[in-house]
Amino acid sequence: MSAPIHIQPGETFTLNVGPQHPATHGVLRVKLEMDGEYIVHSETVLGYIHRMHELMGENRTYPQVLPNLSRMDYLGALGYTHGHVLAIERAAGIEVPERAEYIRAITVELNRIASHLFWFGAFVMDLGGFTPLMYAIEDREYILDILERVTGSRLTYCYYRFGGLYNDIDDEFVPATKALIPRMRESLKKYDALVTGNIILQKRLKDIGPLSKELCRKYGATGPVARGSGIDFDVRKNEPYSVYPEFDFDVPVYHECDSFARYKVRMDEMEQSLRIIEQGLEKLPDGPIMPEKKPKLIKPPAGDYYQAVETARGSFGIRIVSDGGKNAYRFKLRSPTYSNMHLFDEACEGMLIMDALALMGSLDLVIPEIDR
Amino acid sequence: MSLTLLNAIIAVVIAIGFAALNAAYLVWAERRGAGRIQRRPGPNVNGPLGLLQPLADGAKLMTKQLIIPGGADKALFMVAPVLAMAPAIMSFVTIPFSDVIVARSMDLGVLMIFAFASLGSMSILFAGWGSRNKYGVMASVRAVSQAISYEVPMLITVITIVMMTGSMNLHDLATSQAGGFWHWNIIPSLTSPLMPVSFLIFFICSLAETNRAPFDLGEAESELVAGFHTEYGSMGFGLFFMGEYANIVIGASLITILFLGGWGCPFGLFPSVFWFLLKIYLLIATFIWIRWTFPRTTIYGLLNLSWKILIPISLFNLLLTAGLLKVF
Amino acid sequence: MSAYFSEIFRGLQSLAIGMGITFKEFFKPVVTVSYPMETIKMSARYRGHIELIENEEGEPKCVACGMCQRGCPSGCITLESTSVEYQVEEKGETKTKKKKVLSKYDLDFTTCSLCGQCVESCNFGAIDFSKEYNLASSRKEDFHFDLLKRLKERNS
Repeated sequence: MSAPIHIQPGETFTLNVGPQHPATHGVLRVKLEMDGEYIVHSETVLGYIHRMHELMGENRTYPQVLPNLSRMDYLGALGYTHGHVLAIERAAGIEVPERAEYIRAITVELNRIASHLFWFGAFVMDLGGFTPLMYAIEDREYILDILERVTGSRLTYCYYRFGGLYNDIDDEFVPATKALIPRMRESLKKYDALVTGNIILQKRLKDIGPLSKELCRKYGATGPVARGSGIDFDVRKNEPYSVYPEFDFDVPVYHECDSFARYKVRMDEMEQSLRIIEQGLEKLPDGPIMPEKKPKLIKPPAGDYYQAVETARGSFGIRIVSDGGKNAYRFKLRSPTYSNMHLFDEACEGMLIMDALALMGSLDLVIPEIDR
Repeated sequence: MSLTLLNAIIAVVIAIGFAALNAAYLVWAERRGAGRIQRRPGPNVNGPLGLLQPLADGAKLMTKQLIIPGGADKALFMVAPVLAMAPAIMSFVTIPFSDVIVARSMDLGVLMIFAFASLGSMSILFAGWGSRNKYGVMASVRAVSQAISYEVPMLITVITIVMMTGSMNLHDLATSQAGGFWHWNIIPSLTSPLMPVSFLIFFICSLAETNRAPFDLGEAESELVAGFHTEYGSMGFGLFFMGEYANIVIGASLITILFLGGWGCPFGLFPSVFWFLLKIYLLIATFIWIRWTFPRTTIYGLLNLSWKILIPISLFNLLLTAGLLKVF
Repeated sequence: MSAYFSEIFRGLQSLAIGMGITFKEFFKPVVTVSYPMETIKMSARYRGHIELIENEEGEPKCVACGMCQRGCPSGCITLESTSVEYQVEEKGETKTKKKKVLSKYDLDFTTCSLCGQCVESCNFGAIDFSKEYNLASSRKEDFHFDLLKRLKERNS
């Protein structure tokens, strides 16, 4: 339907989508050169919400950077803080008690479901259906309630500490999470019937917005975007970290490369996260949540350290170059959406604007995380 | 002469009042209904059950400044909202609410309503073009191509019904279905076995004609911000809004008259205006219900639906009915 | 031809299923909380802005060591202390000793990120999170809290 067309020169106009536009979910600006409804050329303009998190990471002591990471991706904040603490623990050689790692894995997966739920609602809203967003938010509220009881906040968590956790889980956490699992499975069935099976949605997503494997490789796309294009890569499986090797879960991969494949990957990932949570609750060991001996002052020995984690949006990498001092010498963040977004310029050429914005929605962009 | 003029004025005043009241309270109903579907209360602060909300909204819209964007075509920009509302009100004149409640019974009532409905897409085109906004232009082009492709199957369906009844007078169309619900046009009979399909086609087309979801491409907010009324504020926007709801009432009335027996009771007892209103509000409730359930279609999906599915089927139905009418 | 009709049929069926779901949801009770009229109790670990904790005598537990000030990533805590001379009886004789007493504890909540470094770094349990969340204002100054004053107001 949206096959590329040949454009005569001089017949185009520029459409400025954003920085305040309902489709961009934040302050992203896309300069589109249009021929009627067809996109001839696209240029994404970034930097409207740049806050210099990397520079802050170099100017502050290691523990002081902790709250910054959750301000990057406000929907899946725990995944990013997880990457940060893992990187520093690797650098400073801090042992983490097993219980803390299990709680981290469970909360990260809960947060991943919450993030995917919000994406699901916002994506269907991009396609014009408003009601699924409300259902998704209702389910997300339950997850946020559980997380709030443990971490104290609902969105920008600062829960993990170098070596462990801020505080242990409370008595209600395990029963509440156990009750959530069947509830979520029920809801996923409802979403399948209400949205996934819907003929209008399928017509809008199937064979629309193709992102070839080569294109994903070229731009370094990771996460559900790459997995929807047939690239079987998940940091949790390929470079296992934390306690993920202990869990039995699948990595959903689809080979259709269209928007519907990316949609399906995320819907399946929610089910896999539920499986991880289920196993995590079963295996949750007793014990301390902080190591017995932990350096008072975090001073990693001079060197170059890298840690990648799988967040809700893809592979998040954090590189720390230490010169042995209290601050990092270089604090580099590799955010998944930054790579995923740059596909858009090349992929949307020759598409209708409706399909292009559906493609953009399927990339799951969180703008503060691109600009950081 | 003066009496007819007085009659006409009274009729128009009543029509405007009915349209305005409906527009105001259908917005309330839509917001309450959407709230219930999404498991939230909806507007409930102003007055009991939020019933004063439309008045508050109206007061707000009327007191706001009317802003005309620089470089806009002033005449088109100003005339577009009026053109959205006026044809809708005019159509009320010929709609029979019951055997006696009708402002002007016309022999070509059906044609008149469709003629005025076509003017509605003119207003969208004017609004988009006149406001000098790229989103507006794109939206109005979409809306016009949509209106053209959906009037075809709609009219073919109407021709089928007119052929069966032998009249274009809405009053006659309704009285021909008098009696119980088994006389209604929606029920398949020997001469028209595909009537439920026709009803479905007409229903889908009314959704598309009134720019309702899932066919609200003219105001697709995730792509075109607010579509053709992006630049409109205050009562200009208010008129578009009211025009939309007035059009919905007309669409529902047409469906009721053409397919559901007009003001007839389903069991053939006491035909009155009550049944007519009941039927149109049930239909409008379905419109609202549909809007809050489905995502939006694409422009090509919409045109494909019209040209590849609705038009062939309605044409087939027209030929079938014509043949069967000849045989029996 | 049959594919054409079966697609129409499947499409209509999927639409009907969707409408069935929203119909069922219509009759379920609402799940929202009408916020200003009803409120939810905050959980025990909810992180509001920080608050000073008092000891048995109603004085702040804080000894003005300044650990929270140094640990804060955004520098939103400002505390000052004065030295107060006081007398203690030690081995029969009265001695004059000096001790730091908290004289000012300001929190600039506009820059606080609620990370909890201050509460964690405090060795005396002198600060904790409040459960305050009804914080909205159009003026910046409303978020400069004088925690010492708040403590006194709470006691009186």
